[in-house]
Amino acid sequence: MKKYLLPSIKLTLILVVLLGGIYPLFLAGVAKMAPGGGDGVKVMRNGKVVGYENIAQKFSDDKYFQPRPSTVDYNAAGSGGSNKSAGNPDYLKTVQERIDTFLVHNPDVKKSDIPAELVTASASGLDPHLTPEAAYVQIPRVAKHRGIAADRLKQLVDANTKPAVLGVLGVATVNVLKLNIALDELK
Amino acid sequence: MTTDILGVIATYGITLLLAWPLSRYIVKVFRGERTWSDFMAPLERLFFKISGINPKEEMNWKDHMKALLTINLVWFVYAFFALMFQDKLPLNPDGNPGQSADLAFNTAISFVVNCNLQHYSGETGVTYFTQLFVLAFLQFVSAATGIAALVVVFKAMKEKTTTKLGNFWDIFLKTITRILLPLSIVIALIFIFNGMPASFAGKDTVVTMQGDTVNVSRGPVAGFVAIKHLGTNGGGFFGANSAHPLENPNYVTWMTEMVAQVVLPIAMVFALGLFIQKRKFANVIFGIMTIGMICLLIPSMQQEMAGNPAIAKMGIHQLTGAMEGKEVRFGAAATGYWSTVTTIISTGSVCGWHDSTMPMTGLMQLLGMMLNCLYGGCGVGILNYYIYIIIAVFISGLMVGRTPEFMGHKLEAREVKIAAIITLLSPFLILAGTALSSYVLTHHPDVNWAVKPTAWLNNPGYHGFSEMLYEYTSANANNGSGFEGLGDGNVFWNVSTGFVLILGRFLPIIGPVAIAGLMASKKYIPESAGTLRTDSLTFGAMTFAVIVILTALSYFPALALGPIAEYFSM
Repeated sequence: MKKYLLPSIKLTLILVVLLGGIYPLFLAGVAKMAPGGGDGVKVMRNGKVVGYENIAQKFSDDKYFQPRPSTVDYNAAGSGGSNKSAGNPDYLKTVQERIDTFLVHNPDVKKSDIPAELVTASASGLDPHLTPEAAYVQIPRVAKHRGIAADRLKQLVDANTKPAVLGVLGVATVNVLKLNIALDELK
Repeated sequence: MTTDILGVIATYGITLLLAWPLSRYIVKVFRGERTWSDFMAPLERLFFKISGINPKEEMNWKDHMKALLTINLVWFVYAFFALMFQDKLPLNPDGNPGQSADLAFNTAISFVVNCNLQHYSGETGVTYFTQLFVLAFLQFVSAATGIAALVVVFKAMKEKTTTKLGNFWDIFLKTITRILLPLSIVIALIFIFNGMPASFAGKDTVVTMQGDTVNVSRGPVAGFVAIKHLGTNGGGFFGANSAHPLENPNYVTWMTEMVAQVVLPIAMVFALGLFIQKRKFANVIFGIMTIGMICLLIPSMQQEMAGNPAIAKMGIHQLTGAMEGKEVRFGAAATGYWSTVTTIISTGSVCGWHDSTMPMTGLMQLLGMMLNCLYGGCGVGILNYYIYIIIAVFISGLMVGRTPEFMGHKLEAREVKIAAIITLLSPFLILAGTALSSYVLTHHPDVNWAVKPTAWLNNPGYHGFSEMLYEYTSANANNGSGFEGLGDGNVFWNVSTGFVLILGRFLPIIGPVAIAGLMASKKYIPESAGTLRTDSLTFGAMTFAVIVILTALSYFPALALGPIAEYFSM
């Protein structure tokens, strides 16, 4: 083994520089031309950064569309999910509480119409999206608190819906932050 | 919901379309034929010159293993100390602390062996220096280690009688310069132009629309995520791994990450057939592996798309499936597909938490890792399958009453003993580990570790047992995913899984290489009418039966206590 020790050390040093240094530096250089410049894509409003496009924010006010529950309180200093198993009684109690809270804030919605993603925590705790259905179901509440016609809100949700890739691969999504910014700009 | 199934089918289709030309290229590289990447040759010569290596020196299988183990040891020592003292090294904009000795031990081994178990969170447990110069570096070289070991076996199978099996350094370095690095750059560029961060900027502070002040962790993510998947490593840049919206921003990056992790394992199977010029032999192996994958995949996707029965009882219609621990932009079908793929090929990255998947899906994930040979990890997947082939040849030989032969060489007691030991190693490590942790949990619940045993399990009942079983299964398979609710950030888990990682990595590499090397040095016996044909469908079915029977015998009791019991109690 002694015969191989010195070559191993030297080759390791060279590869550390190539793979740990040059490779990411090259990518960071190219990323300057990409959206967000490699720093993550920010969302601006009135010349001020109000968040990152792909990081969910907390919207607790009833006049905004609300994102999915988060186990990290929407703080992207960290990330993670609940890791609760499907049959865990404590977990199911939490889900029941979320259902009850949702029904209090959205009295016009039937329980069976609540989309599952609104009462279950996302994997990252930072899921920036909703399905269109999960946005539609919040329209009556937002309409009531803003005094805007539901039809107009539906158009707004549709305008902010990103379809599946090429229309056929994957799922359609609504970015909650962008939707809420568009909502504020309606007036 | 048909579009999300179409997305899965398209992703697998793209993988196959890319794997075929890639396999032809790989074979050219390892045969030393001319390729477009020959412009790297002067650089390789320079590296060899500085390192004092003669890449033309032919090695036997023992030399290969000595070189492989020596350089792996160097990486471990380097990684261990770098992680412990990362707080004193540069590139630490977030001011993260150094790792404790036991955590650094676990992290270093885990990345050296291509597992990436990660008993820390990326945002707080490592610095940009260790992410790049230690972890991403190890993601490249550990994948190249696996492929280099496999190429030795390729060469041994191809030759009639020889002890000269190429040069380890040559194969190893070319794997990086010709395959892993160029492909990683292409993949990373796709990520970058889909908004994945790639700079060295530290945490940002943002005031949100409703006035909350939050932080956003960032960093050189794109390059890391490229090799994380291409090398079937799986360790995430962020705690949430590929579920994190900055580590997997949209469905296009999802497809790219998915293709990236499966393409090399599949290409290596095709490359096997081309390299040893027995295409039918490799096609049968590919067929068996694919059937195995589909057997695990269909229940997983079905269960996740059907939703959680306990939530259905509350009166919620889960049109999008079981969404706990999943992300909207991927959906239940895609997350189910990912969970199967990441467990059969030993990547261990996740785009949704396995702890929160349905019991049947959890069973499929465990089986995927216990088999660990359906495509399998970079290089090592075929090595694991090779062991099953040896067992199948041996049993078939006994059944027809002939001395078993494989690739024109007699299979004798020594080779079969090695194969038997490797086969028994996995259940031993997994079951003994789980038994040990169960014992500590029940008899010493209040030991004063960072996480007391009473607080280990995140879920009660059968699922809690599954969390421990999963951790050892993942460590042994060098997979790296977890039922992440498990409180594994303490000395017990760091050390016990650390040893499982080492044994579960290097013995299953040394075993097949030794068998292949020993066989290749024997006298060549030309094929005759009496030779057992190993490229027939019958032999493929035989291998499949061997795999199923060995796995069922080894693991059924443990699985019955975990996910199976959980399923029937829902």
